[in-house]
Amino acid sequence: MSPKSLSGSRNIRAFTLGLPLGWLILLAFLPCLIVLAISLVEARIGTPPYEPLFTKGSGLLPRINATADNYIRLVTDPLYLDAFLSSIRIAAISSLLTLLLAYPMAYAIARAKKTTRALLLMLVILPFWTSFLIRVYAWTGLLNSNGLINNALVKLGLIAEPLPLLHTDFAVHLGIVYSYLPFMVLPIYAVLEQLDWTLIEAAEDLGASPLKAFWRITLPLSLPGIVAGLLLVFIPAVGEFIIPDLLGGPDTLMVGHLLWTEFFNNHDWPMASALAIALLVLVLTPAMIVYHLRRRGEAAS
Amino acid sequence: MPLLYVPIAILILYSFNDSQLVSVWSHFSTRWYGELFKNAQMREAAWLSFSIATISATASTVLGTAAAFALRSMRPSPGRSLFEGLLMVPLILPEVLTGLAMLLLFVFLGEAIGWPRTRGTATIAIAHITFGMAYAAVLIRARLSQQDPVLEEAAADLGATPWRIFWRVSLPLLAPALIAAWLLAFTLSLDDVVISSFVTGPGASTLPIVVLSSVRLGVSPQINALASLLVLFVAVLMIAATLVLRSSSRQKHG
Amino acid sequence: MDAHQDRSLTAPSPPGAQSASPLISLDRMSKRFAGTPAVDDVSLDIARGEFFCLVGASGSGKTTLLRLIAGLEQPDAGRILIDGEDITGRPAYRRPVNMMFQSYALFPHLSVERNVAFGLEEEHRPKAEIRERVRAALDLFDMAGLAARKPHQLSGGQRQRVALARALVKEPKILLLDEPLAALDKKLRERAQSELVALRARVGITFVMVTHDQEEAMRMASRIALMRDGKIVQIGSPSDLYDTPRSRFAADFFGAANLFEGRVTAISETEASVESTEAGATLRARSASSLTIGMPVAVMIRPEQVRVSRETQQADNALRGQIRGLVFLGSTVLCHVGLDGGKIIVVRLSPTEYASAGAPADGESVYLSWPASSARVLTE
Repeated sequence: MSPKSLSGSRNIRAFTLGLPLGWLILLAFLPCLIVLAISLVEARIGTPPYEPLFTKGSGLLPRINATADNYIRLVTDPLYLDAFLSSIRIAAISSLLTLLLAYPMAYAIARAKKTTRALLLMLVILPFWTSFLIRVYAWTGLLNSNGLINNALVKLGLIAEPLPLLHTDFAVHLGIVYSYLPFMVLPIYAVLEQLDWTLIEAAEDLGASPLKAFWRITLPLSLPGIVAGLLLVFIPAVGEFIIPDLLGGPDTLMVGHLLWTEFFNNHDWPMASALAIALLVLVLTPAMIVYHLRRRGEAAS
Repeated sequence: MPLLYVPIAILILYSFNDSQLVSVWSHFSTRWYGELFKNAQMREAAWLSFSIATISATASTVLGTAAAFALRSMRPSPGRSLFEGLLMVPLILPEVLTGLAMLLLFVFLGEAIGWPRTRGTATIAIAHITFGMAYAAVLIRARLSQQDPVLEEAAADLGATPWRIFWRVSLPLLAPALIAAWLLAFTLSLDDVVISSFVTGPGASTLPIVVLSSVRLGVSPQINALASLLVLFVAVLMIAATLVLRSSSRQKHG
Repeated sequence: MDAHQDRSLTAPSPPGAQSASPLISLDRMSKRFAGTPAVDDVSLDIARGEFFCLVGASGSGKTTLLRLIAGLEQPDAGRILIDGEDITGRPAYRRPVNMMFQSYALFPHLSVERNVAFGLEEEHRPKAEIRERVRAALDLFDMAGLAARKPHQLSGGQRQRVALARALVKEPKILLLDEPLAALDKKLRERAQSELVALRARVGITFVMVTHDQEEAMRMASRIALMRDGKIVQIGSPSDLYDTPRSRFAADFFGAANLFEGRVTAISETEASVESTEAGATLRARSASSLTIGMPVAVMIRPEQVRVSRETQQADNALRGQIRGLVFLGSTVLCHVGLDGGKIIVVRLSPTEYASAGAPADGESVYLSWPASSARVLTE
């Protein structure tokens, strides 16, 4: 293109790239660096409640007041270690439970008639659009010791005393499964919808029973959707705050919740930052592993 | 699948329960709605939340659209991958981390350049725009990738300059995705409590912040009423959007 | 048939004539995509009023060449002149050419009327003029009654006409057509072919069309450029390309051809002799320039030029063979004749010719012959 017209489209490109890129660098990248910096200093009482990372040194170079104390506490204090292990356990179990529930749903939707498919999908997605907070809160009314479920069970004579349902790890698992179900259904559905069903017919024609055909054909082919779904549930679940806060009990230990407590209750910003960095690693690791596996798979095929 | 709706349905049902004890049904009443509307703190919080959601949804859509167009015009390169990765950051990070990171940034900026001096509406909006634009970009990119570039070429062939092509062809064709992106950013902003709690300041309590502090103390019938109204509001919004999107997709595919 | 008549009416300049001031002049244009050349050092002149066709297989570079003229691609090297003016590097929206896209590229969010008005609006014409010209364009295509419709409410043929109206309403110097009829079914396509030729004569605008269909090109074009691997293999009128192809590729592309590989043994002013082991004989054919004795060449004879009989013929070229298959196509009979050496010759006969040859049956021995003047020597 001529220099003049080029400058026209160049302006557009500078605008479309520059604005979001600048925003992201300033408001997504820089904050992460600051978290990393704060995680390396000591807490103090004051405003802000942490020591500066750089102070005026003796020479031209500033003095760096970095310390690994917060990270040492992270691995030596059993509270933090337990919180991490417990987060991973809760997120992993919940992800698997979500998978068990979501797979049949996705399968049913994918095999439904084309016209009903859209409606069924809509039904799965719609709750996702209503407030997360409200959806979690709604369970507190159901799980309460004088909530609907306990009242019903007592009335039916199945139990004498109300079961402790709310403020338990059970409630946390339930909350995660309920809240993140669409994240599992959608990617699995996306894969199943693309599936060539004549493959299953071919397998059955070759002598595989329906169950065998599912196990040897459908399931392996829907693996990408399953992996995507597990990631999409595990990643937000492992750092979840609202669900353990509203549904969990005093024994429920989760990193996201602990970070909140360190920050708001203990005002230990550096410790909260160290927890945040550890959480970041925890979240990025599975994503990276899957990304590389997929890249290698693409390279191989 | 209807089971998914049971908790919300019961919540709505009990918002019409006259009893103070939320789990014991006495009789039908709209008493809690009346008290909700009289609650000045709730009214202010609602106004604040809706204002922030409107602003951040609009800005998110603009920035998300820009990002989607930028990505389309870029050839595969390390720079492009980096930009894509950066755009994913707000989607992957746990909310507590995003909230903390944003707050520390605002504190840092406050010390370094004197802004923001106090945190509140503006800082919440900025934080919401950051994750809103990431979601908006995902939706708009998906739509943009389905769009046939030949239509833009045809417009150029008929004498439209790049800017005119953008306004007359690219953008109108994206309208459904823009509406969807705006709605998503709006509801995400309206719903956010964790990030807002970190970056808010004195006096700026959004609706979810008020709701959270209230429900942490236990179930409250007033919150049931509020939740019911929010569910109704979002449902109406969603149905309207679906109708708009359906009519425009019918237009496209005949 | 219409197409032929229309063409003879509207192409007054002798085909192939490079008039003094060509309307379009491409000067050594090259374009590469990711390292591979799509258009490779192409020079080409197109005269005013031509119906010019670019033909070739997919990937031959014909569409890229069209897009270079439109300004939708920019060349890596070379110049493009329209009406003597160098417009290389000028963006698409500032060129006096318009394109009809293969997919029609009608804007789905605009009505038929607004689609047609789009280009005039971008020229900032007065509202009254736009209304007038859009109406005239829609009238030209009998689309006035559908002005308010959206593209998705139109049939394939109607969409095609809207796309044409939208491009022509701007009265460009050149209309570019990228496979304009590919989306139509066969019956509609044949009618549209003659309509397009008639339209060109009526509006007097130069048309440059891309097609992969050689028959379509022969039917519509005043001149054809055959492309392969980004280069123009041969340019000429449809009859030039059919009767005197320069290469085996061109001979094969435009219709069926029987080719005999061999070596030149004698050259006279008008004829050449080629010894061919495939034919098992020395063949005589019309000479080509730059032949030398011993040169490897091919002799081409079209299936309809071969005569068949039961008796030996006194002719320039006479071969013996056996019928190895007969296909009756109604208006023609296709005979596959196996020579003694194993080579299969395709012969196309009219039913009358077949009958007068004694209606030889499958497996029967026959003699083939053709005059030297209908055969060609191909060097490439």
